[in-house]
Amino acid sequence: MGKLYDLLTRDIRFVEGLKACLNCGTCTAICPAAEFYDYQPRQILEILQGKEDGSIEELLRGDMIWYCGECMSCVTRCPRGNAPGLLITALRSLSQELGYFVESEKGRQQLAIKRTVGEWILEYGYCLFPSNIRPELHPEQGPVWQWEIEHLPDVMERLGANYRKTGPGILRKIPDEDLAELHRIFEVTGGLARYRKIEDFSRQKAREMNLELDDGLESEYIRHIYTTCDPKHTATR
Amino acid sequence: MIPEGKRKIWQDYQKEIAIDRYFYVRSCVRQNFFPASEKVFLKIMREELAKDVYENAAHTTCSGIGYHSDIVPFDTTMTVIARQFALMTEAGYRNFVTSCITSFGLYSEVMETWHHFPDELKKARKYLKQATGREFDLPENIVHASDIIFKFRKEIAGRGRYRLIHHLTGKPLQVVEHIGCHYSKMFPSKSVGGAEYPYVLVGMIEEWGGDVIDYPERRHCCGFGFRQYLIKANRGYSLANSRKKFESMKPYKPDFILTNCPGCPMFLDRWQYTLSEMEGVTYGDQGRGIPVLTYEELSGLMLGYDPWDVGLQVHQVPVEPLLDKIGIPYDPDKKYLGKEGVDLGKPAMPPRLKYP
Repeated sequence: MGKLYDLLTRDIRFVEGLKACLNCGTCTAICPAAEFYDYQPRQILEILQGKEDGSIEELLRGDMIWYCGECMSCVTRCPRGNAPGLLITALRSLSQELGYFVESEKGRQQLAIKRTVGEWILEYGYCLFPSNIRPELHPEQGPVWQWEIEHLPDVMERLGANYRKTGPGILRKIPDEDLAELHRIFEVTGGLARYRKIEDFSRQKAREMNLELDDGLESEYIRHIYTTCDPKHTATR
Repeated sequence: MIPEGKRKIWQDYQKEIAIDRYFYVRSCVRQNFFPASEKVFLKIMREELAKDVYENAAHTTCSGIGYHSDIVPFDTTMTVIARQFALMTEAGYRNFVTSCITSFGLYSEVMETWHHFPDELKKARKYLKQATGREFDLPENIVHASDIIFKFRKEIAGRGRYRLIHHLTGKPLQVVEHIGCHYSKMFPSKSVGGAEYPYVLVGMIEEWGGDVIDYPERRHCCGFGFRQYLIKANRGYSLANSRKKFESMKPYKPDFILTNCPGCPMFLDRWQYTLSEMEGVTYGDQGRGIPVLTYEELSGLMLGYDPWDVGLQVHQVPVEPLLDKIGIPYDPDKKYLGKEGVDLGKPAMPPRLKYP
């Protein structure tokens, strides 16, 4: 057993997710990611069952583990009770812990997610907040969303929200003391440490790639990871 | 599949759904994109069904979108969930109801983890105490809000003003139901009806007079995929999966799509607009798209609530063709007004997706 495999077995989701795969390919047949990307969850299970460090490191440094959408359709259908989607969560965690995620185009995207959803969780207490879902970043949201954003407080009031106000209700202002508790949970449980690792490894990579990276969402590196899509990901279909 | 076979499967997946005294936690996605759905749910529960539903302003996101895009570690999410349970415990409730499907899946995952690995539960208690000083009891009952509407579907039908019947032809409307993946694909036993043929929305549609369409890609994911939507470079994944579903349901001419997950109706609504812009393809009658409703919106419509109070004006695909079929009156001039009739202007009309 290799060192990386050993690290994976410390993740409860890995223990839960990998029993005994017979490589039947049912997970691949049902997988929405496998239809879109050059991707086979079956192949990941095969590599993991091999327990060989070199192959696992290649996984952790590559794009493949980032193709999954974590819909968990594979969990329902696996005849042996494996959970490939859960194994992906363990692999992605380890890839970030070791800093390998910055070695792939898809893995590098983690910084953009941390700087949006990750920061919004701590700032607002919500994973998403409407004023941050900017039409220029989300053209697919269409003209109705554009109109909502232009009249956000009024639209939210019409729809019955308690937008940014105190007390219970839709999109309320979550009290500062509760946000402070959330922050402490992140501190105690390793959430902030994960955020710091994503930042630190990304800054190092940005320097290597000679791309400017500041603290916001407008720098070269962020724009690069948010929009770059090599055709190789879907090239074989 | 023959109906008898489905009914046998449904018998195998019956879940306990508490009948009163619920602790309610909201959905990040729902609050952003279809906020009125949560308002309608609480109105139905409190005013129509006279149920005790409690919301504590101190509750937060479960961190689910962060967890499933892998920036938030499992220990963190587990402890955030433990805090929600602590708030429930402190308020004196034992029945936990969540508005979000991602959350429902995560609450189920955490509860299963704690059941099979008791040390993880000890760890969550320790972390929560250390971070907040709080303690918690486990809920006796965890349900998704759609489970409760399913539970009281007959009562809603009994109080309802409308049915899913074409008011001119007398024929049942043809309905596609779409279940959020995390409702039942991970833990079929935690759902109404299991993962292959979930009954939670079918039960509502049948009770309210509609016909359910069985089409090849019925169980396929809407394509959210967390990081696959959050990052612009990956959004083709999300769009392609929704497109696969639209193409598959198209020959059955659905009158509308009904969903129970907060994310799915947003994607199935917005991607129809996107496909009309990218490919010139429109679905539904006369290029108007297939309306996509949440189960709360549909419940409100059946009960005779005003469509604009239900929040149907924030759908990109126009809902008027569906309202016309059911015979629900609406005032087009009031569609985009603010509270107390404030003029907020109107959204631009998309060039290809047709509006009435």
